[in-house]
Amino acid sequence: MSKGKGDKAAEIRRLMATEGPAIEKNTKGFNRKRQEAVADLENYEELRTRVREIKEDAIDRLPELLEQLRTAVEENGGNLYIADDADDANRYIRDVAADHDAESVVKSKSMTTEELEVNDALAEDGVDVVETDLGEWVVQVAGETPSHLIAPAIHRSQESIAQLFKEHFDPEDPPETADELTTFAREKLGERIRDADIGMTGANFITADSGTMAIVTSEGNARKCAVTPDTHIAVSGVEKVIPSTDDLSPFLELLARSGTGQDLTAYVSMLTPPVDSPTLDFDDDETPLSERDSDREFHLVLIDNGRMAMREDDQLRETLYCIRCGQCANSCANFQHVGGHAFGGETYSGGIGTGWEAGIEGLDTAAEFNDFCTGCSRCVNGCPTKIDIPWINTVVRDRINRGKEPEGYDFLVEGLTPDEEPGGLDLDKRLFGNFETLAKLGSATAPVSNWIADTGPARWALERVAGVDARRDLPEFQRETLVDWFEKRVSTVSDPTREVVLYPDVYTNHVQVERGKAAVRVLEALGVSVRVPPMRSSGRAPLSQGMVATAEEHAHDVYGSLAEHLDAGRDVVVIEPSDLAMFDREYERFLPDASVERLQENSYEIMEYVYGLLENGADADTLRAGDGHDVAYHAHCQQRTLGLEAHTVAVLEDLGYDVLTSDVECCGMAGSFGYKDTYYELSMDVGDDLAEQFSTTEARDRTVVASGTSCLEQLDALLARPATHPVELIAP
Amino acid sequence: MATTTTNPTLSTFEEALADLGVELTRTTVDDFAATLDDIVRDPAVGVALPFDVEYPDSVTVDPTPAALERAETGVTPASFGVANYGSVLLPSTADGAEPVSLYPKLHVPVLRASDVLPDLPEALDRFGDAARDEDLSAIVATGPSATADMGKLVLGAHGPEAVHVVMLDE
Repeated sequence: MSKGKGDKAAEIRRLMATEGPAIEKNTKGFNRKRQEAVADLENYEELRTRVREIKEDAIDRLPELLEQLRTAVEENGGNLYIADDADDANRYIRDVAADHDAESVVKSKSMTTEELEVNDALAEDGVDVVETDLGEWVVQVAGETPSHLIAPAIHRSQESIAQLFKEHFDPEDPPETADELTTFAREKLGERIRDADIGMTGANFITADSGTMAIVTSEGNARKCAVTPDTHIAVSGVEKVIPSTDDLSPFLELLARSGTGQDLTAYVSMLTPPVDSPTLDFDDDETPLSERDSDREFHLVLIDNGRMAMREDDQLRETLYCIRCGQCANSCANFQHVGGHAFGGETYSGGIGTGWEAGIEGLDTAAEFNDFCTGCSRCVNGCPTKIDIPWINTVVRDRINRGKEPEGYDFLVEGLTPDEEPGGLDLDKRLFGNFETLAKLGSATAPVSNWIADTGPARWALERVAGVDARRDLPEFQRETLVDWFEKRVSTVSDPTREVVLYPDVYTNHVQVERGKAAVRVLEALGVSVRVPPMRSSGRAPLSQGMVATAEEHAHDVYGSLAEHLDAGRDVVVIEPSDLAMFDREYERFLPDASVERLQENSYEIMEYVYGLLENGADADTLRAGDGHDVAYHAHCQQRTLGLEAHTVAVLEDLGYDVLTSDVECCGMAGSFGYKDTYYELSMDVGDDLAEQFSTTEARDRTVVASGTSCLEQLDALLARPATHPVELIAP
Repeated sequence: MATTTTNPTLSTFEEALADLGVELTRTTVDDFAATLDDIVRDPAVGVALPFDVEYPDSVTVDPTPAALERAETGVTPASFGVANYGSVLLPSTADGAEPVSLYPKLHVPVLRASDVLPDLPEALDRFGDAARDEDLSAIVATGPSATADMGKLVLGAHGPEAVHVVMLDE
């Protein structure tokens, strides 16, 4: 059941306060180490391409690979069971336990067994299951669920673990330091492993050619669980099968790097079970290891649980390429502040969690946390298998929208929503998704619209009906749009070097008109002939709300308006980075290849374009020089993903500005996200990291500059001094 | 004791081990027993080495499980070294190389200098053939066992807290 919005905001507030600090420290640490580790790797992109190819091929040929794997496992003397769903898998595992009269099972961390809830299933038969990964054990002792794919107890501080152990075990000499806690855990768990009847592990990769499983761990607990008890059950999803052992190394080289920033974790077990290792009975002081038997039993349980259907689903298929590194969680500003207990479903969390939960649990579960992905795209370049995670989140959001029944109130906004969406769509989504219409109306009736919007009753109604948080300042619509202003204007360029179409995005056209004017002045000063024709919005606003059909309609219209300009050899210059990102990424989903390629090849972010002009000999003296002026610059998240932050910095530095840049992933505003009353406080909490960076002794007197509309609004809310777009800084 | 070498693969391996905090001692077949005797902590156990070397008396070769549980040091062969990561490939064998490398606090892998390969793909290529043909299992071990789950990095979670590589120059 979906929670009320007030409940959800309260839950987010609680998690930000209790779990947020530990999560933020740990995820940011992982993220920083990942960036360093991949920067050191010469063939990083090559490895990503390779693993992507292997996964595409493996998922494509999955039924065939599963048959090949069955042959290999059975020839080795093991058993392979492919379970339809959790109940089926649990039934099989319970049968194995019953056959062995097993009383205890030791387990190494496996998200797939979390998906099965196998511990509960075994407990029904009186089988005691103990987690041996130290983090997972903490979670088990606390009666919690993992809050991160690879670091289950990431939400807990050392102090809280010490407190937990003290309360739960009441030891004579309570452990406190990390060393003491580890020793305490190792001793407790060592006894359990020694006496267990069955060892259970996951498997990170399984090779069809030899039946070899690769299990990645740093503690060594998976090794102990796999070889200490006589019976080993490995549980995994069917999607973990790859064709050959020859394919393993690129995955291993990327997995730990992407997750924790380590080159490799301490141990990669490559087991081709049943293994030859002798069985261990630590009471035996008579028989040397070489003379003990190695009569071992091995069961590989692979679970479908919706995966084979995801394979047939053109949008969700990519989710199956996920190798569970956790990078999308670590690099996500929202995740850094709330963790997987908010940004997660029944089992899986973080950016890719939505795809998993939609595929294996259903849309209701995915709907609980899908909105935490703001599409900032900071996870995209770090995904080892190049999954377009924001797109999966958008598609799932669209499906959630479409699954809804109308709830009433709709008549209120029907006139404002000329979209392609079904009637049940949430009103807040519908309002933000149709921001273009709102902006047109707002400009046409400004300043009256701004006065009305700012009155108490209007703000109350906006919050009550559409969930727009009353604590946020609303955008102030300008009576004269950029397009109107430009129409009345005479060009100052007589002998142009180039011709451009300046894309009048909805914010620049209706709200941030000054940055549009500044862009025109800069381009003309550099000898470029500019046109600003009226055009539809890019579709970013509806896309963010999961209104994919509406966004697609915008894409067709925008391309239609630009095609003639592209034919005439004009460049397209975009001010709003999120719109350029839309052309660069999402339009590939909507437009024919040839169209999108032409658009991508000829469109530029404004400062990127200025950089290019200056590099090609345009006269920088026509722009406003910095003369050592100190600025603090925050690049837009999508602009950074596109690799365009450096151009702005280079232009500013060339012009003599002293530039300090922020390194937080996202400002926290993220389009409509920060306006929504459910997420307002999280948005501000994320934003505080940026505010902190720009309030240090070194930064506090600098002029604040930001590329995106959202970033500018967020910075205005966070800081006492105003923020401006870099193009306004340099405009003559 | 680092020995200078002109072989780039070996010097890469030495550097990677140093970065991991793993000690490396190079020795010869003749000096092996004496060298190992200085390295191990008592009680020490080991599994038979596929090299032409003798174990010192301080190491109990082919121990019982109970002796393994009491041991402070475990000595096992390594099939390959991976130079750029400082990893060793530990084959899983019927005489217990896997538990001997895993349970004691100090693990001493022994490998031939000529078995140090430049990178992981090459090591896994060789492993793959053995996995397909002989059902081989192996562990790629890189440094000691570690955990960060208790608030900061701690060595020696479930596995060894220290690794000391012995490399045989032949």
